[in-house]
Amino acid sequence: MYDSIILRNVSRLMFPILLLLSLFMLVRGHNLPGGGFIGGLVAASAFILQIIAAGPTYVRTSFQINFLNLAAFGVIFAALWGLPGLVTGEAYMLAFWLKEPIPGIGKLGTPVLFDIGVYLTVIGVTTQLALVLAEEPTLYPIQRPPARPNATAPEV
Amino acid sequence: MNLILSLVVGTLFAGGIYLVLRRSVVKLMLGLVLLSHGAHLLIFLMGDGLIKARTPFVRAETGVAPPDSADPLIQALILTAIVISLGLLTFVMALAYRTDQAVGSDDLNAMTSTDQL
Amino acid sequence: MAHHLFLPLIVPLFSAGVATLISQRLAWARVIAVAATLFNLGYGTWLLVTVATTGRQVTQGGGWVAPFGITLMADGLSAIMLFLTALLTLVTILFSFATIDARQERFYYYPLLLLLMFGCSGAFLTGDLFNLYVWFEILLVASFGLITLGGSRAQLEGGLKYVVLNLFASLCFLVGAGLVYGVAGTLNMAHLAERLNAIQEPTLVTAVAGFFLIAFGGKAALAPLFFWLPTSYHTPSIAVTALFGGLLSKVGIYALYRVFGTVFQSELGRLAPLILAVAGVTMVVGVIGAMAQVNVRRILAFHIVSQVGYMAMGLGLASVAGLTAGILFMAHNIVVKTALFLIGGAAEHLTGSGELKQMGGMARREPFLAVLWLLASFALVGIPPLSGFFGKLGLIQAGVAQEQWLIVGVAAGVSLFTLFSMLKIWNEVFWKKAYGDMSRLPRAGAGLLAPAVILVAVSIALGLGAAPALEYSVLAAEQTLDTVGLARDVCGAGGCDAVELAVARE
Repeated sequence: MYDSIILRNVSRLMFPILLLLSLFMLVRGHNLPGGGFIGGLVAASAFILQIIAAGPTYVRTSFQINFLNLAAFGVIFAALWGLPGLVTGEAYMLAFWLKEPIPGIGKLGTPVLFDIGVYLTVIGVTTQLALVLAEEPTLYPIQRPPARPNATAPEV
Repeated sequence: MNLILSLVVGTLFAGGIYLVLRRSVVKLMLGLVLLSHGAHLLIFLMGDGLIKARTPFVRAETGVAPPDSADPLIQALILTAIVISLGLLTFVMALAYRTDQAVGSDDLNAMTSTDQL
Repeated sequence: MAHHLFLPLIVPLFSAGVATLISQRLAWARVIAVAATLFNLGYGTWLLVTVATTGRQVTQGGGWVAPFGITLMADGLSAIMLFLTALLTLVTILFSFATIDARQERFYYYPLLLLLMFGCSGAFLTGDLFNLYVWFEILLVASFGLITLGGSRAQLEGGLKYVVLNLFASLCFLVGAGLVYGVAGTLNMAHLAERLNAIQEPTLVTAVAGFFLIAFGGKAALAPLFFWLPTSYHTPSIAVTALFGGLLSKVGIYALYRVFGTVFQSELGRLAPLILAVAGVTMVVGVIGAMAQVNVRRILAFHIVSQVGYMAMGLGLASVAGLTAGILFMAHNIVVKTALFLIGGAAEHLTGSGELKQMGGMARREPFLAVLWLLASFALVGIPPLSGFFGKLGLIQAGVAQEQWLIVGVAAGVSLFTLFSMLKIWNEVFWKKAYGDMSRLPRAGAGLLAPAVILVAVSIALGLGAAPALEYSVLAAEQTLDTVGLARDVCGAGGCDAVELAVARE
């Protein structure tokens, strides 16, 4: 496995763009191709690109996110927005919508919130899978970026 | 088109079953990948398959589906199936890798310790 | 609409999520796991009563009308299985407090158990064939995690075979679900039952039904697709083995009952001889396999295979009487099998080895454990008045009524061999002299015994209260076979096709 300076820099620039694209996909998803799942995959690909370019340790230390917990939170969040239906005496997952669409975003309702939960779950699960596979030492023998010569404190 | 896709499904299944019957864990894994692709494509074909399935969405005026409409249900089914097989196959990969490390071989014949008396 | 059917799914899902988030705080994770299973147990009890008094419970996800939306339904069979799932999960969790090591416990043990309960409950409640596939995958993912938890070499080897063969069975299920959608244009079970009974090309339907037979036969460990079971079930921790041994293969049997009793009812008559043959071979092969084994859990694992054959026999007899006896036998077997795993496992935990040669002296050291073993093993063999007797009696009576002499003979003969295996374990583990110096080994505490006591008590209750249990099984069997009533409950008085036409006209 080699350490490519081009990939590392490009992926750093790509990261916010991919995250923005994923949010766009998420919001767009209700009536057009997109949605929580697709958006989540795009966001996860941003993280996975970082794993490929800079290694799993870099992703773990610089983001400080427990991706499994993110996925668990996403599941809880998604399942939460099915509850209003049950509380009002209707079926679970019954959709509730705001009457007026919000300019720029569109119609808002419980399915959008459900989709956000799916988005978080997909990011969490996919990135976690990639991280765990990438952390196998012999499967993916990536070196950490060399320490800067004048750095004093060792990186955590 | 249906004929070509059917042939592709058949080829995927044949290749998958051949690979699953090999002794190497890696080939076994690849066989499962091919089989799941075959299954997904087969569901895709079932949209207007052997006996025409009725699409759930119809035009309000006529009560029939628009002629160029695809069955959305199979797409939902395939998406679900792909997600599931993605997760499971990733698990199999990790498991196969760990097993290979623990046993020191990817030959299934070397993995008989839990079957021996 | 019985919207309460969502509760036994929502509660385990939420608690699995929360237990993941706080998995490092073991005390809280334990509390959440016990609370969620207690809730499901209470709900299961309530559902048993509700189904008996008011009949089948049905609801639709998201409020969509029946053949279009996702249906959840609970009849007698679902209620029994839901109750037993919660009971087994609770008992397993209690047992793991006493036995499992804390490192495994921290590694998402409780979230996985809750996820398994979530998947099983969903599989028992769903009224949609493709959703059944999804639920199966959920419980499969959880079981994959549990069976490899710990990561020893044996677990990895056994787990690989378990995973691969179950994935293959899942793929058969997926292909079958795809084909059935192509043939009938729906995946709702009630709607499918309605359409498949009227379909013009019976050979096509038989071919599709074959895929389901292979898929669920593989998951239920019927011969010749059972090899993943005895090679993997003795490798994880004892609590996990007990849960898997009691529950997982029976989920496959439940699916067989549901799919062939309800959805493919028109095919049941045609496939019945095949199912009976498979059932007979499964009984014999399982029991003979067990005779060769010298490890407590491996002997019991082979007996799972053998007893799954009895349940398949109930289906193969293709009558209300056969299905009734099959359901009664399944309920008894789920409880007793887990109890045996827990008692044998307790002995193994105390001795430190599951090999018969290195065990012994338990009757003197732990007389209470020995009594529990005797009760549970006699119940398994089917000695009256313990619970196994009535299920087997019902199966044999149903077989005699249909003059299926061969399967009746096999079923009766296999019982004797089961007794042989149980006595073998009794002699080696409990009766013979202790192997080496056992005085320094730990004694069984209440935490180790209580789970088995609960299950043995349930088993005895099933035996003494055989009449109500049998009555409930009759109800469950009749509801399973009643496709007309199912279509009426799910889609309304006119059936599912009528709803679809009405919506199309609008």
